[in-house]
Amino acid sequence: MKRIATYFKAAAVIAAAFVHQAHAEEIAAPLGDAANGEKIFRKCASCHAVGAGAKNKVGPQLNGIFGRTAGTVEGARYSKGLVREGKNGLVWDYEHLDAYLDNPKALVSDTRMNFRGLKEEQDRHDVLAYLRQFSDSPQDIPEAQPTALSKEVELPAEVLAIVGDPAYGEYLSSECSTCHQRNGSDQGIPSVTGWPTEDFVVAMHAYKKKIRPHPVMQMMAGRLSDEEIAALAAYFADLGD
Amino acid sequence: MKLNRRSFIAAGAATATLGAPALRANTKPRVVVIGGGAGGATVARYVAKDSKGEIDVTLIEPTRQYYTCFFSNLYLGGFREMDSLGHSYGNLAAGGVNVVHDWAIGIDRDAKTVALAGGGSVPYDRLVLSPGIDFVDGAVPGWSTMAQNAMPHAYKGGSQTELLRAQINAMPEGGTFVMVAPPNPYRCPPGPYERVSMVAHTLKANNPKAKIIIVDPKEKFSKQALFEEGWGKHYSGMVERIGPDFGGANVEVNPDEMTVNVDGEVIKADVCNVIPAMKAGKICEMAGVTEGNWAPVTGHTMQSKIDENIHVLGDACSQGDMPKSGFSANSQAKVAAMAVRGALTGSKVFPAKFSNTCWSLIDTDDGVKVGATYEATDEKIAKVDGFISQTGEDAALRKTTYEESVGWYAGITADMFG
Repeated sequence: MKRIATYFKAAAVIAAAFVHQAHAEEIAAPLGDAANGEKIFRKCASCHAVGAGAKNKVGPQLNGIFGRTAGTVEGARYSKGLVREGKNGLVWDYEHLDAYLDNPKALVSDTRMNFRGLKEEQDRHDVLAYLRQFSDSPQDIPEAQPTALSKEVELPAEVLAIVGDPAYGEYLSSECSTCHQRNGSDQGIPSVTGWPTEDFVVAMHAYKKKIRPHPVMQMMAGRLSDEEIAALAAYFADLGD
Repeated sequence: MKLNRRSFIAAGAATATLGAPALRANTKPRVVVIGGGAGGATVARYVAKDSKGEIDVTLIEPTRQYYTCFFSNLYLGGFREMDSLGHSYGNLAAGGVNVVHDWAIGIDRDAKTVALAGGGSVPYDRLVLSPGIDFVDGAVPGWSTMAQNAMPHAYKGGSQTELLRAQINAMPEGGTFVMVAPPNPYRCPPGPYERVSMVAHTLKANNPKAKIIIVDPKEKFSKQALFEEGWGKHYSGMVERIGPDFGGANVEVNPDEMTVNVDGEVIKADVCNVIPAMKAGKICEMAGVTEGNWAPVTGHTMQSKIDENIHVLGDACSQGDMPKSGFSANSQAKVAAMAVRGALTGSKVFPAKFSNTCWSLIDTDDGVKVGATYEATDEKIAKVDGFISQTGEDAALRKTTYEESVGWYAGITADMFG
């Protein structure tokens, strides 16, 4: 919540906030270039339409995407996980779209959006600058707020490089298995077995930073260290199919 | 081998002539667990599984089919059948736990043995007590376990819950259901209020003019805002609560007359659910590890503060900030299993972490939850962080929360019983 709070304040307050708390995550970034964003959007256009008369294709049409609850475009096909995140309260604001474009699977593990993500921050901001021209509601658009963005979940290489200890992960996993079954069942509670370790690590950090919206998982991930997350990822990767 | 071992133990001292010394020399460390619920089944399973045969684990539990108390309210609301709440110990036995269906009737802490009602005694190196709750004698004047058929507590899973449902279904039209709610601390803080919700759900369909009266000694209760919002929304005018400011703490019942006297005012009940004040399961008292109503433990290992060879789990222990719940007992069991293995086989011990989440169902697809994480300090198990569902949440989120609780039930029972 702290991060989001700073991002909505007036520019002067933001400047003051930077004096007081120099978190790397809260560095201001310039707004995107919509014209360049239109060019980059060609990567997306085989699956997504936007603009007058846009229809659902492989993915949902993107008119009005800002401020929309995830997984709610009528007639569009979504993964179970994306619909669940929408019910959990995921609304497509700038911050979440930015995180999703960076790495779709970090935000929604089983998303049907089979796209590696836009790794260049400026590319994402350009695409979002383009897309927001097709959304009416300004409430979550940074231009209507201060011209500053918080940075998405981007893990330093050294965090991703931690090799987890599966034995420690096994102990820690006993906390997970009260809800998540070791046999990979996903009725009501998602499966956590057999994930690629990097996806697991990124997803857990997204909960820890409260980018993903589930309160239980935010709480559980919130007190895990980088090493503990890596240990769990190592343990669960080898479990199940 | 296992069958022989039981008869060997039962034979007790007489076994000296049967080659016992040789057997003794090779004896593995022994863990005995009393109580096969969320704490006991879990600790037995984890010690057996993780010690890979290095520790001999015996679970003493009188019932062959265990009915969970958690989710029993959903049975009262018609959302679950009793069969779906029953679990056997077959998988634990297959996983190497020696399951003994008997009552533990005494503990000799010097000899480190547990006496069984069926005769004989079982020796232990570490004993884990996870007996759940019993009721405080005389807590509700006029009520005793002798009256539990007229006025069921239904606060242990199984036949009492079935009896209460039968009574609710047989209520006369426009009748009165009275619940005498318990004082703190007690098993499952939102439980009585989820029960009211589920009874209201059933009555709304079958007997819509019926009334529910809660006689409550507590000023406030768990998830109060969420329940009160839900009762107003789904069961308007049906539920009335008499708190301590209107005499809710001064209650006496008459099971023969089916009356409840609240601070001098007599209420005629058609069904009366008395949930008395609670204490640790009696075996804790018999073991001499209680102080007051509960058994104090240290959070680092769940060891009794009175006897370091005994661990106490779940509802029966007093530990600090965790609520008494199946989830808490399951969480504490994993810390205890790790500590027991560390002490007996030298396996690695990591810092204790605990968590709890309690889901409650208010009406069809209207689920709410509260939860927290905890850590062990030198004084107690202390809360780290927590959350609670909000009033005014939309229907989609409440439905997801309910579906999540169903997934949790499947998860925790698989974690307990294998």
